[in-house]
Amino acid sequence: MNNRLSQLFGQKKRNVLSIFFTAGFPSVNDTGGIARALEKAGADLIEIGIPFSDPIADGPVIQQSSKQALDQGMNLKLLLEQVKQLRSGVTLPVVLMGYINPILQYGIGNFCRDARAAGVDGVILPDLPLRDFNEHATLFHDNDLSVIMLVTPATSDERIRLIDQTSSGFLYAVSASSTTGARVGFTAEQEDYFRRLAGLGLRNPVLVGFGISNAATFQSACRYGAGAIVGSAFVSMLGNSTNLEDDITTFVKSIRSVS
Amino acid sequence: MRRFQPNEEGYYGLFGGAYIPEMLFPNIEELRLRYQAIVGDAEFQREFETLLRHYVGRPTPLYQATRLSEVHRATIYLKREDLCHTGAHKVNNTIGQILLARRLGKSKIIAETGAGQHGVATATVCALMGLECTIYMGQLDMERQRPNVERMKILGATVVPATSGNMTLKDATNEAMRHWINHPRDTHYIIGSVVGPHPYPDMVARFQSVISQEIRAQLTEQQGNPFPDYVVACVGGGSNAAGAFYHFLDEPHVHLIGAEAAGHGVESGESAATTALGRPGVLHGSKTLLMQTPDGQVIEPYSISAGLDYPGIGPLHAHLFESGRGQFLNATDEEAMKAGIELARLEGIIPAIETAHALAVLHQLEFSPDDVVVVNLSGRGDKDLETYIRWGRY
Repeated sequence: MNNRLSQLFGQKKRNVLSIFFTAGFPSVNDTGGIARALEKAGADLIEIGIPFSDPIADGPVIQQSSKQALDQGMNLKLLLEQVKQLRSGVTLPVVLMGYINPILQYGIGNFCRDARAAGVDGVILPDLPLRDFNEHATLFHDNDLSVIMLVTPATSDERIRLIDQTSSGFLYAVSASSTTGARVGFTAEQEDYFRRLAGLGLRNPVLVGFGISNAATFQSACRYGAGAIVGSAFVSMLGNSTNLEDDITTFVKSIRSVS
Repeated sequence: MRRFQPNEEGYYGLFGGAYIPEMLFPNIEELRLRYQAIVGDAEFQREFETLLRHYVGRPTPLYQATRLSEVHRATIYLKREDLCHTGAHKVNNTIGQILLARRLGKSKIIAETGAGQHGVATATVCALMGLECTIYMGQLDMERQRPNVERMKILGATVVPATSGNMTLKDATNEAMRHWINHPRDTHYIIGSVVGPHPYPDMVARFQSVISQEIRAQLTEQQGNPFPDYVVACVGGGSNAAGAFYHFLDEPHVHLIGAEAAGHGVESGESAATTALGRPGVLHGSKTLLMQTPDGQVIEPYSISAGLDYPGIGPLHAHLFESGRGQFLNATDEEAMKAGIELARLEGIIPAIETAHALAVLHQLEFSPDDVVVVNLSGRGDKDLETYIRWGRY
């Protein structure tokens, strides 16, 4: 597989900053503008959430943004059109993250074809079981879509290796047994888990997500892997923003700032 | 013989499975690997049966309802789950799951509830076993089922309102799953219906299967033959129906009838009739029939009965529907309320409004005079008094 994700991780081994936001939030047509502002501000990777009515793995911030996006008419078909349009300016890798049901209704084959055509590089589908993914693996592979899977502190070494073998692009290391949401710092137990991951000699680069909200948590997460993912803290900021482009620039700078 | 049992991965035909985020994998995998051995253990069975007998009050009667039989021109039996301790069949499952939770070494219990019956049944067994109990309940349901909220509190449970979505059962389930993701080690989630990721649908169906086990024995005693012609039960998620159908699944001459809630009418936009309105989809960890938009967003259901107000059905029922083994009918709010009053006047039993949907669909079936029909009287109507009073036509 040779998409923008493999190019990114081929060139950059440390301090990769991935930013997550919900498609169609705060306004339905903001998706493209936010992506362009992120590229300009110096993010490395863009994760766009496909809103779903029942996001069981998400905390209040992403629940609320998903609901607002859906109420405003956001849907998967529109998101794929928005990605296609933003590709006229945005060169960063784009990963779509979402619950499986909207994709099942779109049709997995149709989704893979249209996602590739739009310029999507990978997908994160947290509630798609490994067994079911394996049935459809060739559809993703043939369309050059990386499939990024999650591991958690409770995932056994053996299962981490299995997930690493099946994943491509990068491995999404959930920092705690929790739903999504910003937190202030990491515990010793979490740091042990990051070290354990770093020691496994995995074939995929590891990005840490869940609970990364500021420069301090970003830097500690980066100590053990290729980088980290910021989601809820960014979405929260978007919800309060009066000038998206300026605020996005300020936000990315603050995460990157060395304390 | 295995046609209506799930396979290793929890699939009933096309439906079931375990669509869960990795954060829940250790818990679900532990259950999957251990539940059959735990539940099959002789000591577990002894404890389960003793509690069902002396605490719940089983076996529940199978009562031949003479005056209701005259109306429908067939022999109608009522399986009196409404006489279970706590007032509904839900406690069969919570007894089983709390014994399981203890064997898994869990000290805290969470559950979702719609009408409050499962919440009360969970709070009850937590009090019995001295385990900490948190119940998630949609805020709207808390308003329309106030007495049950207070019952849970009296029993020592914490009741947490779910304020997302329509603030009903689906949203309470979302909140309970989020809680479990955040507290996976010390907490067991007692799901109240035959929904959720494998092995829940199978586990709950097995605990509820005592209903049809007793029906077979009681029919043998009362009419010399274990088989009715029809078994009728209401279906929200479908736990009482699964229990009433279970030991008849492989007896094709027994008609299995599920009664869903049509709300204001199947085509009204305010309904919970999943088999009529749903398509295959994934919600709460399993693939099943689901009320949803073309984009795959779950549609908020509506029913006067909080216990049937759910946009999906258990994967077993989806399979019974798709395979034609089960027949699914539906009753509107109005039809259910009338059927509830009818039972009160004919037999002196005020049923739960959920259960009234099963009684209502009897009017849609054509019986022969020698047909034997078992209706699962899943719950009693005490909790619904306010709804009966508001409806007013009695």
